[in-house]
Amino acid sequence: MKQFVIKEFLHIFRDVRSMVILFGMPLVQVLLFGYAITNEVKDVRVSVIDQSYDYASQAVVNKLFASGYFLKGEHINSTREIEESFRKGKNKMVVVIEPGFAGKLETGQQPTIQLIADASDPNTANLLVSYASGIINAYSRELVPAGNIPVIVPESRMLYNPSLMSVYMFVPGIITILLMLVSAMMTSISIAREKELGTMEVLLVSPLKPFQIVAGKVMPYVLLSFINAGSILILSYYIFNVPINGSLLLLLGETILFILLALSLGIFISTISNNQQTAMMLSMFALMLPTILLSGFIFPIENMPAVLQWFSLIMPPRWFITIIKSIMLKGSGIEYFWKETLILAGMTLIFILASVKKFKIRLA
Amino acid sequence: MSDISVYGEGLVKNYGKTEALRGISFLVNKGEIFGFIGPDGAGKTTLFRILTTLLLPDAGHATVEGFHVVKDFRHLRTILGYMPGRFSLYQDLTVEENLKFFAGIFKADISENYYLIKDIYDQIAPFAKRRAGKLSGGMKQKLALSCALIHKPEVLILDEPTTGVDAVSRREFWEMLIRLKNQGITILVATPYMDEAILCDRVALMQHGNIMASGTPDQIIASYPHRLFSIKSDQTLELLSLIRQMTGIHSAEMFGGNIHVSASNALTGIKEIEDFLRSHDFRHFELEEISPGIEDCFIDFMKMNQAS
Repeated sequence: MKQFVIKEFLHIFRDVRSMVILFGMPLVQVLLFGYAITNEVKDVRVSVIDQSYDYASQAVVNKLFASGYFLKGEHINSTREIEESFRKGKNKMVVVIEPGFAGKLETGQQPTIQLIADASDPNTANLLVSYASGIINAYSRELVPAGNIPVIVPESRMLYNPSLMSVYMFVPGIITILLMLVSAMMTSISIAREKELGTMEVLLVSPLKPFQIVAGKVMPYVLLSFINAGSILILSYYIFNVPINGSLLLLLGETILFILLALSLGIFISTISNNQQTAMMLSMFALMLPTILLSGFIFPIENMPAVLQWFSLIMPPRWFITIIKSIMLKGSGIEYFWKETLILAGMTLIFILASVKKFKIRLA
Repeated sequence: MSDISVYGEGLVKNYGKTEALRGISFLVNKGEIFGFIGPDGAGKTTLFRILTTLLLPDAGHATVEGFHVVKDFRHLRTILGYMPGRFSLYQDLTVEENLKFFAGIFKADISENYYLIKDIYDQIAPFAKRRAGKLSGGMKQKLALSCALIHKPEVLILDEPTTGVDAVSRREFWEMLIRLKNQGITILVATPYMDEAILCDRVALMQHGNIMASGTPDQIIASYPHRLFSIKSDQTLELLSLIRQMTGIHSAEMFGGNIHVSASNALTGIKEIEDFLRSHDFRHFELEEISPGIEDCFIDFMKMNQAS
């Protein structure tokens, strides 16, 4: 057993590919998601068509540009020019203020401000509109004394990520993806490799029990995945200042649970694939894509068609992302996500049982 | 009964519609080298996988050292030494690491059993720090044998251990097997090389999932029913088609550069063949009567099987 674990470590350390996946990947992913793939709103070009040009409308405009999110874009005079400026990419959003803005405010009517955004990039457009409405709402609250509310103010505060830092949202996702990749893919490939190279034949004709083979395979990856998760946390804490508001111990505990789940999934995959190629493809399609697409990491689950929403219920990453977001960003304790934890534990058990049952003690 | 090491009866194994083993039976005595001789596809690997508990036979049963290959597979896996046909060590581990690993999984003590592999391992010891994948074919086989032996197995099962190995290494390898036999280990060897048959104590000639004949190499050769002649010529192909037309000839086959001609009756002799060739204007040839080798026997059995 000890020899088996030593051997497994040697395999990993001598294979350039494994080493890159294990240690290069976390670094690249964190930096990539942290810096490059960002959907933060900063210095976006916005133009204003102020049809009243009075003290109130100017105050709104000043508030908008003072926020730091928006920059004055190409000046346009009428609503007819909006489309062209979008097409040229000169503006991402145009704010249209109706005539008689101040007058309407004073007489208690509800003046309107139109926010027209270039929705060819829907995520950004969404963000722009909600930022702008936030600023306008804040202004209207300033104007009107409490108790007398002429403008309907929908409160939309950005909870937990008040500045909408995208990196806060990405870190839990990256940890999940990487653990999935390292744990599931690497174990499934490494077991499939034994089959492909014929060494499984020799292992089987030895006193080793299936449990020992599997445990020996898995142990190094538990350790390495754990180191991985730790290094992502450290990276994101020091480089992107992502907070860890909850208990670190709890976070690490849940991480280990998820690693075990991913590993048992990997073993399960390897029991049904006979070579490295199949194992790789299965982990890619069965694990990676759903992890990225269906876990709520990039696309909100609430916006998915009902079928995909049900489907996302069986995605382990979905539950894990919920858990680590709660711990890291909300700082909540186990009482808030014991259900998710239980689901993960249940899935782990199912996969371990399934793979022990499917593990072949003979060839073919 | 206690003299029997491996026993198989009516073993059948099919892969889909392909019949790999068609009900073969055999006995291997303790402490002998038993060779399964036959070309690729004869069923040797399938048979060995059944004996090493890796495959379940479709019919028939087999025991190794008295243990049933299906029911007692756990125990068998502790007393077998198995070397698959394909090089099955870890290529990215060094020679030393491979040996340590296999000693480890069998819970064997290297220094305690070192005497068994000393002759073999000493030859590769200078390369102990080299990765197994970088060894030559002969050295790989020596390492694989060392790893299969390190737990001191009672029965050693070697699937084509000398395939792809140079002639010198092959000879050395067989010398080692004979030394191991003297240590009391029963050895089963599969090989496509007919010339290795005479190095075995007893052999079984296999073809298409059947055992055509078995016994000591001498018994098999003695059972060869024909007089056999070897003809050497620089026009081998013409000679072959010509001699096949001769009456009183059982068969004529190419053997390297020579032609082996077997007579269908005792009347056909050197003189008759010589006269036949000369009467067809064939002058330059060397003709002699020879005693058959295993390969001659194998081909003869093969022809009998096809005829029946």
